[in-house]
Parts: sequence; C-alpha cells; structure tokens
Amino acid sequence: MSNAISADDAGPGPGAPPASVAGTNTPPHDSRGKPRIAVFKFASCDGCQLQLLDAANRFLELAEHVEIDHFLEARSRSVPGPYDLGLVEGSITTPHDVERIHEVRAQCRVLVTLGACATAGGIQALRNWGRIDDFLSAVYASPQFIDTLATSTPIADHVHVDFELRGCPVDTTQLVELVTAVLVGRRPRVPQHAVCVECKERGTVCVAVARGIPCLGPVTQAGCGAICPAHDRECFGCYGPAEAANLVSLTGWYERRGTPREELARLVRSFNAWAPAFREEGDRLSAGPAGTDVESSP
Amino acid sequence: MNDGVLAAAAHQPGSWHRLARRDLQHLIDVLVEAGHRVVGPQVADGAIVLRDLAHADDLPHGWLDEQDGGSYRLRHDPGAGPFDHVVGPHSLKNFLFPPRDTLQRWVRVAGSWQEQAIPRDEPPLAVIGARACDLQALAVQDAIFIRADYADPAYAARRDRLVVVAVNCRRAAATCFCHSMQCGPAVTHSFDLALTDPAEGAAGDAFAVEVGSERGAGLLAEVARRTTVGALDDEAIAAARRVPRDLESRMHARSVEPGQPRPRSLDTEGIRDLLFDSLAHPRWDEVATRCLSCTNCTLVCPTCFCHSVGEVADLSGDHVDRDRRWASCFEIDHGRMHGGNARPTTASRYRQWLTHKLAGWIDQFGTSGCTGCGRCITWCPVGIDITEEVAAIRASSAPDGQPAAGHEPSPSPPDAPP
Repeated sequence: MSNAISADDAGPGPGAPPASVAGTNTPPHDSRGKPRIAVFKFASCDGCQLQLLDAANRFLELAEHVEIDHFLEARSRSVPGPYDLGLVEGSITTPHDVERIHEVRAQCRVLVTLGACATAGGIQALRNWGRIDDFLSAVYASPQFIDTLATSTPIADHVHVDFELRGCPVDTTQLVELVTAVLVGRRPRVPQHAVCVECKERGTVCVAVARGIPCLGPVTQAGCGAICPAHDRECFGCYGPAEAANLVSLTGWYERRGTPREELARLVRSFNAWAPAFREEGDRLSAGPAGTDVESSP
Repeated sequence: MNDGVLAAAAHQPGSWHRLARRDLQHLIDVLVEAGHRVVGPQVADGAIVLRDLAHADDLPHGWLDEQDGGSYRLRHDPGAGPFDHVVGPHSLKNFLFPPRDTLQRWVRVAGSWQEQAIPRDEPPLAVIGARACDLQALAVQDAIFIRADYADPAYAARRDRLVVVAVNCRRAAATCFCHSMQCGPAVTHSFDLALTDPAEGAAGDAFAVEVGSERGAGLLAEVARRTTVGALDDEAIAAARRVPRDLESRMHARSVEPGQPRPRSLDTEGIRDLLFDSLAHPRWDEVATRCLSCTNCTLVCPTCFCHSVGEVADLSGDHVDRDRRWASCFEIDHGRMHGGNARPTTASRYRQWLTHKLAGWIDQFGTSGCTGCGRCITWCPVGIDITEEVAAIRASSAPDGQPAAGHEPSPSPPDAPP
C-alpha cells in the first residue's frame, strides 16, 4: 500500500503550468483514437465501482473522452483487451482470483487499484487473523463446496500495481483526478497527508481534542473530505495509514486517557486492518502489555 | 454639516465610551446594514468557533473554555460574559487567508490559453471578539501577504475592508502565553473598536469601548444614533485600561496548582541563537516519537501561511483552475523537490516548524512567528507543547547558549524559508 506513482520523489511536482495538461501523452488505442478503460471486480462490495457511476455528470464527460470497454457493473457488453487503463476493485481471496489477476495485469498498460479491498485486503482481511475452516463451517451448510484461500490480500501482493487509490469507498473527485492524470500522462494529485487537513479545511472542530473521542484522523490518509468528524463521529481509517503515521503515539495517548486497549485494537482493525501500519499496530495492541491477557483487561 | 459627521467627531480615535451589553445587537446591525459579513464567536460542536453572527444572543454568554495540551472543554458558568472565553480553533486566518482559493482561471480556445476573470464579489468582513494575540497574528500575516514588492491581491482586498471589533481579555487559559511573546493580553493596535468589560468577577452590564480608527468612529457614531453610547470619565477609562494589565500581571505570576493544567510561558531570551545552535539536539528525535506529522499545529496557527498552488483541470484539459490550498511543513509534499525530499522524517519537519516559527521568522520578517495564543498546544491531538519543547532544549544546551566546542553557530536558518 504505497501510492506507487505519487511516492516517486523524482517525479514532477505539483504546480506545473497549465500547458502540461495539454494531453500530448494520450495513447489512442481504439479505432476512434480514444483510450480504452476496463473495470474489474474481485472480492468486494461493488461500492467503489458505484462511485464511478456516482460521478454522474463527470462520468458522462469521461465517456466522451475514453472508451469504457469492460465494466460489467454498468453494461453487459464487453470488448476484449488489451486496455490502456485497468481499474481493479476487490481483494484476492480464491485460487481463481490469483489466476485471474495475472490475466488482468497482462491486459492492462496501467493498472490502478480502487479502494481498501484492492489496496489493503479490505474488511474481509480480518479472516487473516482467524482460522478459515472455522469460518467455513460456521457460515456454510456444505463447506466442502467452497474453494477459498485462507487469506484476503491486496492486489499488489500478486502483481505490479501502478497506483493505489485509497478509500472505502474511493472518492469520486480523486477517481476522476486519477483517470484524468493517467490519460494525459501526469502524476495524479492525491495527497498523502492526514484527514486532519480536511477537517481544518472544513473548519470542523477536532472531535479528539474537544470531545475526547478516539479518532484515527491524525494517522489516516485524507481523501474522503473528513466526513465523519463533521458529523460528530471519529475517523474510522477508511483511507488507510497516512504517510509518516505514528500509530503508537496516538493510541498510547488515547489509552492513557481511558480508552481500553482492545477497543483501540478494534479501531485500527477495520477496512484497512491488513495495511502494514494498521496491521502492525493492531497486532501490538492485541498482544497487550507483557504478561497480560487482553480479553481480561478492563 | 450633518449630525453624523458631528457624532463621528465626538467618537474620534482614542476616545472611550460606554456601550450597554444589551446594545451589542445595534453594533451587529450597523455592520450588517453597511454590507458586512459579520463573524463572531459562538458555541458549536463542543467549542467556541468563529461563525457568521446575526444575533448578539448567539454569542457564548455563560460559557468558558478549559484548555490544556490536546484538550479543550466547554464549561457552563452563569456569570460568564459573551467574551470571557479565550481563543478557539479558528482565527482571522480562516477568513482572510481561507483554506482554499482560486487564484486564476484559464480556458483553452482554439489552441491558445485565455485567462478568465474570477468574480470577486464577497462582502467586506467584520470580526467581533478578536483578541490581542489575533491582532498580532494579523500584523504578522500582513507582513507576509502585503509586501512592498508584492501584495497578494485577494488577501489585500479582504484586509483593506476588514472591520475589527476587538476584546481585551480578562481571563487566560492555561495554554495562553501572549505575555511571554509580549503581544498581549492588552489590545493596542489593528482594531477599529475594542471592548473591555471592567467588572470584577461576573460579567458586567456594559463595555468600555475604545475607538481605534476613523472607521471605528463612524461605526460607533451610527450605533449612537440608535441607542445611548455613554461617556466614560477618566476614572472609568483607567479602570478599563487596568483589566488587561492586571491579567498580564497575573499571567506572569501564575504557578502550577495541584490538579490544574500547568500555566504556560516561554523564555524568549536569545531564542534565535538558542534554536539555530541546537539543530543536532536529541530533543528533535524525542519529540518525533510523539509527533504525528498530522499538521494540526500549523493549520490552527494564526500566522502559519504555507500554501501549495496547483492546477486543477477537467477531463477535457481545456478548463484549468489555479488553486491555492493551505499546506503544512509536516506534509511530505512540503519538502519534496528535485532530486529528493528535504524533510523525510518527522524529526526534520518538527525542527523546521519550531525553528522557523521562533527563530527563522525573526530573520525573515523581523518578528517572532508566535503570538502565544496556545492553539498549537490545545489542538495537538497528543498534546505536544511548544513551550515545553523550547524549555527542554534550553535546559540541556550549554550555558549562555554557547555551542559545544567545534560547532559553528549557524549564521542563517538551516532550511530555506517556505
């Protein structure tokens, strides 16, 4: 989970003049000279694909500039690859997924993951801490017909990913920005700073400071527009760890001010539980102070 | 000559008057009728914030704020007046230098770029309840955005029309240290009108009003057409002047009380050289174990002015806005430059912020970048305290600020100013 394109320090910085968006880099692929886009789904709720449709007016504008050749959520017609841009939703949870993501990668010049599932394994990565056989027997009447992996893993664990768009779901503005940037061949403007920046932009009063609510905003990457704190709720970490996220300091502060350790472990173990910084902190908190049983702590 | 001009002359700058607390509404009305957007303190979302203010009843009558590192709580106190709180998460910066601004708009027509005018039809701003630290911050931001060689047009336009109704504090939070930065709590400049509640204890029923400008004189004259604006004798003026002076004395004398937040102060003696000579101090790595790089301190700071400018294009690439957004030296993008990143670590970012704020700023603008408002302390999610960090560096530096042997004092800031 690295935001591969934007993490390139040698890349062009923000602030390039308008001429740089002139579109000289556009690689026309179909017969009408439009770039071809495909959208693929793996283990997911379809919410990120719906965000693409939810972009409504911008989506229609997008359709004027690109050929959407494979997007089963939106249309049954599918044109075979190769594609200029592949957008992948969902995590890898079955042996078939593993085969299929390699086929998808081979079909796409640029491959971008959409959302927490594809980028960090999603909420379903909670299975990575359990025993898959226990889940199967608890959920399915005839588990012998289920062919699944023991883990839910991000796309980048299996194939090279050019850019990871965070979020549960992804933000439509970031999605359009990403597609625009890929089409014209520039780096997308997707900041890696914390959700706090967006709270301050909105003028939202900090729920952690003014209400004592344990909030993941200071360690979570921005992009959602800081929706939850604007509605008196803590940030749930939908966009995964921010750059330089200092989980130990933040959870230690909350713990010293009365939030139980197991509650903090649950807070970091949600949609992005398997993202490295959150995973490490969830494990550290679950391990508890040396010699104590987390389940029995107050 | 009409009555208005006579009245304005009577309310000339430097004069003092009496305005009943219940007549604050007239002041708001006068500002609104003159076309201003009036902003003032109000209780919202668990804090006292700056918002559009239509009714004096919406001021935080009966509310006090308790502040400490990483903590802000409101407390109901029936005796508290509308301005007995101190500073909240917002400052004048939110309005004069807003978080997002479109600077330019370009459209591509037949292959060539044309600039389109952006409508600038926002009403003039009037802020009620600004404190001495806010006004110092205003002066600091003026020096940044309105320079002889370059003036930011949007900031300059807002600033030029700004009306400031200031308030002399009669109470300080534990996080306040304007007395250390020598810019408060007395309001001394950059105001049109200044209100002081001279009552001791519970809030009084009237304010002493000092006129700070011709604009303020005109406003008060208009208020005087609608209600009684009384005279103050010398004794009453002296009593009003004593309010912030007494508070300043109390701030200097504050000591740690058991069970109470530690009152802040900051020793500024030789601070520029102290910090520039401490660039390799182990405290930077220590604070980095606690710092979240979350940017809160810089975004609530009333003087921090960093911003990033970038182009936002639509899908066609034919319509491009040049947008300015708040930025922070705690973001990785802030240190990104050709060939690498100047500040990849949290330690390097915290050091940049602190040394720029308290040392580099002096070289750059002739003043400290800190006003002692304490917002960075209160709104840090983990309570990192600028006064504590400076004290820690001072405590473990060589006596008299002398650097260790073999170390050359830095003649200039370690990092390029933003």
